[in-house]
Amino acid sequence: MPNDATALQLVLSGDPALFAIVRLSLYVSLSAVVLAALIGIPLGALVALTKFPGRQGVIVLLNALMGLPPVVVGLAVYLALSRSGPLGAFGLLFTPGAMIIAQTVLVTPIIAALTRQTIEDLWIEYRDELTAMNLGPLGRVTALIWDARFSLVTALLAGFGRAAAEVGAIIIVGGNIEGFTRTMTTAIALETSKGDLPLAVGLGLVLIAIVIAVNALAWTARRAGERLAG
Amino acid sequence: MRAPSSELPIVFDGVTVTAGPVTILDRIALTLASGAPTVLIGPNGSGKSTLLRVAMGLLAPSRGRITWGGLENVPPLRRAIVFQRPAMLRRSAAANVRFALRAAGIPRAEHARRTGELLELVGLGHLADRAARRLSGGEQQRLALARAIARDPAALFLDEPTASLDPTATKAVEDIIRAVSERNIKVVMATHDLGEARRLAGDIVMLHRGRIVETAAAASFFEMPQTAEARTFLAGELLV
Repeated sequence: MPNDATALQLVLSGDPALFAIVRLSLYVSLSAVVLAALIGIPLGALVALTKFPGRQGVIVLLNALMGLPPVVVGLAVYLALSRSGPLGAFGLLFTPGAMIIAQTVLVTPIIAALTRQTIEDLWIEYRDELTAMNLGPLGRVTALIWDARFSLVTALLAGFGRAAAEVGAIIIVGGNIEGFTRTMTTAIALETSKGDLPLAVGLGLVLIAIVIAVNALAWTARRAGERLAG
Repeated sequence: MRAPSSELPIVFDGVTVTAGPVTILDRIALTLASGAPTVLIGPNGSGKSTLLRVAMGLLAPSRGRITWGGLENVPPLRRAIVFQRPAMLRRSAAANVRFALRAAGIPRAEHARRTGELLELVGLGHLADRAARRLSGGEQQRLALARAIARDPAALFLDEPTASLDPTATKAVEDIIRAVSERNIKVVMATHDLGEARRLAGDIVMLHRGRIVETAAAASFFEMPQTAEARTFLAGELLV
């Protein structure tokens, strides 16, 4: 049985090793969410507002990719970044950069698919008004993304949830190297297998607290924004 | 206000609009020139909203042609429309007006002054910072009018702008429509409220089953309707 008091003590004492792990986890996951948002939001809006052959197939594919198995993504990114792979020359394998790439691949379809749905629904509501205002494509996209911003926060949270909880991909491409690529989830997996349950439980508590805090912050910001903007 | 543009007159020349096997507008011949408001009346499904959409340029005729100031394919730079249920952008009332000003290409330096003027014109100056979607139905309709007027239109199309509003809100909207018309903006409005048509119209265009059944000055239309359909409609009987 893990000693819960020890786990809590570890967290409260501000153990430097533990906080280095937390810092890296946040750095990797937040970077991946930012990159995925930069790709996924415009991609989702493009699919929502453009008619092209095979559009329905793209929508089905985007939705399906939300369930990408992390280990498969990890393997694919591993092959791409390995020395003989197409991106091997960058020397990214077993670095935080590789972990960010893997999580970006996992999170982008989630943000793109949810953005597509959100923007498409809003477009149905706004189409007549924006068309009557003679707004060009860029003006339409900008207006729709801005007005969907509170709903898009939910998409970003879903992406962050996926990234923060993920272990399969980053353990393959990051290697779980102590002090360099060890994150909360990979450390929990390792410490549990070693039998160091207090550290695993401590990290688990921190991970859950962070996810709750990020969601609470986003929810508060969303409510405040909605009160002001409707 | 800019001078009236070459958008007018708007001329419908045998305009037909079909949707599959259904004919929504049938060989419409109509000229909308500057002057007092033109009010389109007729029962539900008579084609009023579709005619407004064609006049705005949102819908292309299936057959026939429409010209604005003698030209086809004129972008709607100086036309504006208020829909029956206007969509409110998820922003404040003032930001909704600023958005319309920006879309109309009005220089940013003028936005603050023009936004204030437009909100005062529609009686929403005190609600400038209120979220547009939290306004009442009447207030939303007035905000939609402010957005439309922000485009400095030569022609303003209104699709049943007072439907589902109470008498107080209706009066507020009708007062704005009169003020707009006095600014030399051509108002073309659809309604099935005959009282409203009497109060606002300079000309009446009556539609039934997608066809124009009567066009006349408002006074003569209400005093001496020329067609059986118009007499039936004015008598308050069901026109099917």
